[in-house]
Amino acid sequence: MKAFATLLDRLVYSPSRNTKLQLLQDYFRNTPDPDRGWALAALTDGLPFSFPVRRTIMELMEQRLDAELFRLSRDYVGDTAETVALVWPDPAEPQEPPRLSEVISKLGLIDTQELGDTIAAWLDCLDVNGRWALLKLLTGALRVGVSARLAKTAVAAMAGHSVDEVEEVWHALTPPYTPLFDWLEGRGEKPEIAGAPVFRPLMLAHPLEDGELAELDVAEFSAEWKWDGIRVQIAASGQEARLYSRTGDEIGASFPELISAFRFDAVVDGELLIVREGKVAPFNDLQQRLNRKTVTRAMMERYPAHVRLYDALIINGEDLRALPFVERRARLEQWHAAVRPPRTDLSELIEVRDREELMRIWRETRGAGIEGLMLKRRSSPYLAGRPRGHWYKWKRAPITLDCVLMYAQRGHGKRSSFYSDYTFGVWKGNEIVPIGKAYFGFTDEELKLLDKWIRANTLQAFGPVREVRKELVFEVAFDSAQESTRHKSGVALRFPRISRIRWDKPASEAGTLEDMMVFVAAS
Amino acid sequence: MIAFHEWLQLTDAGLYCAPGDFHIDPSRPVARAVITHGHSDHARPGHGAVLATPETISIMKVRLGEDSADQFQALDYGVALQHGDVTIRLHPAGHILGSAQVELNFRGQRAVISGDYKRSSDPTCKGFELVPCDLFVTEATFGLPVFRHGRDMEEIGRLLDSQRTFPDRAHLVGCYALGKCQRLIALLRQAGYDRPIYLHGALKSMTDLFLALGQNFGELALVSEAGRGLAGEIVLCPPSALKDRWSRRLADPVTAFASGWMRVRGRARQRGVELPLVISDHADWPQLIDTIAETGAEEIWVTHGREDALVYQLTRMGKRARALALLGREDEED
Repeated sequence: MKAFATLLDRLVYSPSRNTKLQLLQDYFRNTPDPDRGWALAALTDGLPFSFPVRRTIMELMEQRLDAELFRLSRDYVGDTAETVALVWPDPAEPQEPPRLSEVISKLGLIDTQELGDTIAAWLDCLDVNGRWALLKLLTGALRVGVSARLAKTAVAAMAGHSVDEVEEVWHALTPPYTPLFDWLEGRGEKPEIAGAPVFRPLMLAHPLEDGELAELDVAEFSAEWKWDGIRVQIAASGQEARLYSRTGDEIGASFPELISAFRFDAVVDGELLIVREGKVAPFNDLQQRLNRKTVTRAMMERYPAHVRLYDALIINGEDLRALPFVERRARLEQWHAAVRPPRTDLSELIEVRDREELMRIWRETRGAGIEGLMLKRRSSPYLAGRPRGHWYKWKRAPITLDCVLMYAQRGHGKRSSFYSDYTFGVWKGNEIVPIGKAYFGFTDEELKLLDKWIRANTLQAFGPVREVRKELVFEVAFDSAQESTRHKSGVALRFPRISRIRWDKPASEAGTLEDMMVFVAAS
Repeated sequence: MIAFHEWLQLTDAGLYCAPGDFHIDPSRPVARAVITHGHSDHARPGHGAVLATPETISIMKVRLGEDSADQFQALDYGVALQHGDVTIRLHPAGHILGSAQVELNFRGQRAVISGDYKRSSDPTCKGFELVPCDLFVTEATFGLPVFRHGRDMEEIGRLLDSQRTFPDRAHLVGCYALGKCQRLIALLRQAGYDRPIYLHGALKSMTDLFLALGQNFGELALVSEAGRGLAGEIVLCPPSALKDRWSRRLADPVTAFASGWMRVRGRARQRGVELPLVISDHADWPQLIDTIAETGAEEIWVTHGREDALVYQLTRMGKRARALALLGREDEED
């Protein structure tokens, strides 16, 4: 428990990904089974229990500290669990704290009657950090800024494997993952996954950079529309179907109508969309369905879910991933025609004769309300991760508008001594109203210049935020603009970034809210 | 018997001893001041006459200037000074070098004004000395049950562990220039750390004074003279420099901060530090309660800090307790 508590404590305060990876790897290397496996479970899919411990803990607390003193402490700290960890009496003599695995196995069998006494006994032999970690574990929410993917990456890196190899076997395993560690440390075979509806790591696309198209031989590629939904994998075994997000999170519980419809035996790749009478609804509609634990019939009728398929990894037990894209596509089409799975269709292939035609189609995407194009090399096998030179996403050209820098905020981690997060606005009559925030799109050299400019042109400072003279113009690029009640201007931008710093341009020539409303209407 | 508030009063400059006509740690210039210790919220420039320990006077002269008071009078710990009807003695407070509690005796009553104090040991200053009294005037910087400081050597151990885990990064520790900085150096040496310790320029003058007064700190070096990077080294700086442009010269620094406030996560996150170290020069909650009980004082005045909880607790213990809410005290740096 001590090593786990120390790990959580360091993770909470470490903003950098590399630091987190290093801390996680150190922990997994130096902690024995099964403790490290339970820690991995807590950091990824969560533990198989959580308790409504709040009341239990408050009852325990009342026996140990005056209620008024607790209230004053809680008001100061701002978090009940942390306050309890801080004010709980320290052991008179150092005690042997429980192992993480002891805590887990005891909780797995516990009777709610004895929950209070058990927690109290543990708290009595832990130090302040251990108490904090235990209470976090009990409530089932670690919130230490580590994604499941990052924890798996650290585990994989222990043995020089890629995270995708761990993802591949992940869903066939259960906590405390001893076979996984056995395999990673060379003591056992790679865990067997055949037949189970488990997640297979996805093949991802690179953004097509400016000028890159000129180097591609268009004849070697297939083109598809880029759909504005979320990437999913359907893994179905005939009896059971699961729906996974791009990162391998299971999201089927939010889409029961899909799970019950998929009775086939295949692993296929596609885009989750809301589709009404054959027409794709805006992304915002899909958002209404995401991350819901329970789904009402009304929700399902109002926002009907649909998967537009574009690739097949496995069909009836046959692994197709080594085949070229065109052959997999042909197999997908045959299979789809034969099985006709409900709530699915196929992503159309766009006929393209040459580069000029491709350019023309791409230029028309914005007008057609489509996010862009996907280019897939016809000969590419299905490769996990984001391999270079195979798949490209080519987003429609962004909209740009000249905006005025209003506020700058200090960044995090490496950028914490720089003002690197910018709030910008446009003219509304004689005043400038904020329309968005961006923190990338400039080089390190430009960041230094911006930081210097901000320090020299500060009007007021509010903690980490500085208000600056409304004199510096940014050309801001964004994918689309929507009405929003969250901003004073009533507009929110999607994917904003700083495309150019217009040192030369006077603020009086920046854009207006009327200019922006034209884009809102078009989006 | 005379009531305490008849001879120890509150003026807009702070706590005032009427029969001796002097203030203790006044917040603005006065004719006569007794100064408990050298931190800037207690020792201010511009007084007529200052009475303090010899170390506090040295600190004031370096920080505020040789002529920051018209006249300095040194009083060693434990020596009685008769001033009209009042007898004054200074006793070690354990807060920083030279820090003193002020004992005042008037017409058979004894009042002790603690200034800032701690009970934990500190290699850079004399330990707190308990003085039984009738009125105890206490600080309450950490006057909440959530503050229990733990062992300083464990925190130093965490710093050294982190240095081992991240050998390619500098370890930059924010600390107050007077007291905390020198205590950290001494603790690192106690822990057996024998590499040079690097200092931000703003920490130099106080550290030099400690050396002149007989401390031994091993090898110290200035960051400004050591060049850039300092990967794998420990660097001390004032808290304000942690996120300043100055820190960019260091190799991907792990930022640490040594303060009693670091016990509360929200405070540590506010500071944006990666490695909070709970090392404090103030009494924590149990020390406040125990000290007050041990003085035997029936009347307790609380000068500054989180006085609500402390006054509440003392009342529960049957003491007469009152919050003075003195102005001009800062608790942020610790």
